[in-house]
Amino acid sequence: MFAVTAFAVLIALGIALGRAFLGPTVFDRILAVNSVGTKTVLLIAILGFLTERPEFLDIAIVYALINFIGVVAVLKFVKYGDLAAASRGEDGL
Amino acid sequence: MIELALDILSWFFLLAGSAFVLIGAFGMWRLPDFYSRLHPAGLTDTMGAGLVLLGLLLQVDDFTVGVKLAIIAVFLLVTSPTTGHATARAALASGLRIWQAPGKPHAANAERKDDDE
Repeated sequence: MFAVTAFAVLIALGIALGRAFLGPTVFDRILAVNSVGTKTVLLIAILGFLTERPEFLDIAIVYALINFIGVVAVLKFVKYGDLAAASRGEDGL
Repeated sequence: MIELALDILSWFFLLAGSAFVLIGAFGMWRLPDFYSRLHPAGLTDTMGAGLVLLGLLLQVDDFTVGVKLAIIAVFLLVTSPTTGHATARAALASGLRIWQAPGKPHAANAERKDDDE
């Protein structure tokens, strides 16, 4: 049953990557990469159960954390054109 | 007996979760516009991931592994709407226009008649 779920998540991963390639605007790509990230978290968790190795869940937690920070960093870069310059941050983000 | 029931229940959640993940991915592929694609992306992260992780949770026998799964589920439930909101806000701030079917102007676009339109 884990294999079936892992296979479904893999297909979803492929479709999301396809959207990342196709996405006309940069925000489609950010959305797709964020979705790929969370699907990878799922995949790691499922593979951890498939191969009877619970340590994978630690990797999945770290992956989810970094995925979130990465998306916010890319958003800030896209919005301000530079990660360092925007110290004023008058309207948040 | 209870073992079998738990297995069947967790298989049901796993299948439902993977169905939602697939529907979300397919939605992200098909929908015409960035803003409409936000919905399936959010759908996949919260519902699909939640059901799959719940299905895994039923199969677990060790307490710490269950806590890790719960941490992942809670973290995904908190951060995926946040990223969705941040992405949408950044897109709107950068002037990405909302897609509209040919013919009738969308309310959000109508109010933006002042700029370049």
